[in-house]
Amino acid sequence: MTPIDFHLNPRSGISYNTQLIQQVRQAIRFGRLRPGDQLPSVREVVSRVAVNPNTVLKAYRDLEHSGLVVTKTGIGTFVAESAPSPVDPNRYESLRKDLAKWVVSARRAGMDDPTIMDLVELVLREMSKRGVA
Amino acid sequence: MTLALEAVALRKRYGRTWALSDFSVSLPVGRVAALVGPNGAGKSTLLQLAVGLLRPSAGDIRVMGWSPRAHSQQVLPRVGFLAQDVPLFRGFSISDMLQVGRRLNPRWDQATATTRLQRLGISLSRSVGHLSGGQRAQVALAIALAKRPEFLLLDEPLASLDPLARHEFLKELMEAASTDGLTVLLSSHVIADLERVCDHLLLVNAGRLQVAGEIDDLMARHALLVGPQVEPDVVIPGVEVIKSLRNIRQTSLWVRAQRDDFRVPAGWQIRDLSLEEIVVAYLGNPDANAFPAPSLEGIAG
Repeated sequence: MTPIDFHLNPRSGISYNTQLIQQVRQAIRFGRLRPGDQLPSVREVVSRVAVNPNTVLKAYRDLEHSGLVVTKTGIGTFVAESAPSPVDPNRYESLRKDLAKWVVSARRAGMDDPTIMDLVELVLREMSKRGVA
Repeated sequence: MTLALEAVALRKRYGRTWALSDFSVSLPVGRVAALVGPNGAGKSTLLQLAVGLLRPSAGDIRVMGWSPRAHSQQVLPRVGFLAQDVPLFRGFSISDMLQVGRRLNPRWDQATATTRLQRLGISLSRSVGHLSGGQRAQVALAIALAKRPEFLLLDEPLASLDPLARHEFLKELMEAASTDGLTVLLSSHVIADLERVCDHLLLVNAGRLQVAGEIDDLMARHALLVGPQVEPDVVIPGVEVIKSLRNIRQTSLWVRAQRDDFRVPAGWQIRDLSLEEIVVAYLGNPDANAFPAPSLEGIAG
């Protein structure tokens, strides 16, 4: 039994390669995938979601480059021991409540949703430039 | 680089009509390639020339390095072909069809074919004439794959299938494609499906190859630019315009460019194009072409 099922949305505007990568990252973040778990083989993935095999190969390779998975030749692809630990659900909930409060104050200041998204992206970009973890 | 399909100045004439004129292409092995183009563009003609069902009027076609007609014994055992009308003998049962396949093909893999069909819940004792369109396509695919081809060519395999049957068919096809080395060339009009399962595009228009290349690369190199109204002859450095649309306030340009090569001019927005948008833009402008730059590998080889 594989611990992850992929779902591909043709209308999301996000490439299939990126969708696969995001789903593995999210599964690790939420603890559905744990270090040592084996990802389904390329053959298994394509026979379930009907996608080009190279798309899956590329996604697994990208995940390997980011250190989230390791490929053992001839055996399979596994979640790396060094993969980030899942976000604590309580912490996640409290962050979500803080953000909701922030969104309320942003709306009161007259910001609409796209402007809010732009601001979030701007701050994320600034912080990654400064090297803030 | 080994080529599954290579054509040089290929021509095919039916009476006074040129179905293919000066058609050149090279498709490396291991690709899952989409063959796209309007009806009558020459897609079926190309596929039938590749499997030796038709003889070229002029020029050269090679499959796995060999001429399909002059060296049919080198080509035919290595290719599988699914014709547009899925030609199965309607009076036969599926096991009869498999029996025919086994007699005709030295590399026949009966076990894989039966396992595949059983997994799909298609009983071998059923008569071909009583199958649904989706099941008939699955049987034809199972038979084509039981030949253990290195190169599988499919002519409009999705045309008569409902969305579920299409998805099931593509799942089987992708599973086969994930086996080492199988090259697939499939013609279809369902571009959304092709974007998902194919990694290579061959766009045929009026008997010629208009666009060829890796789909990821094509999508990265094309974009839509929307900006203020400008003169028709305005040139943005680093981009080639494939299609344009103008009104009194706005200009829309479907362009090809390397994203890093050019700056989006002030006052213009840029967005990605889907594969379908790229295909439609080229079909509307038959003078525009896109081919991959010659690779170092190609020059050395």
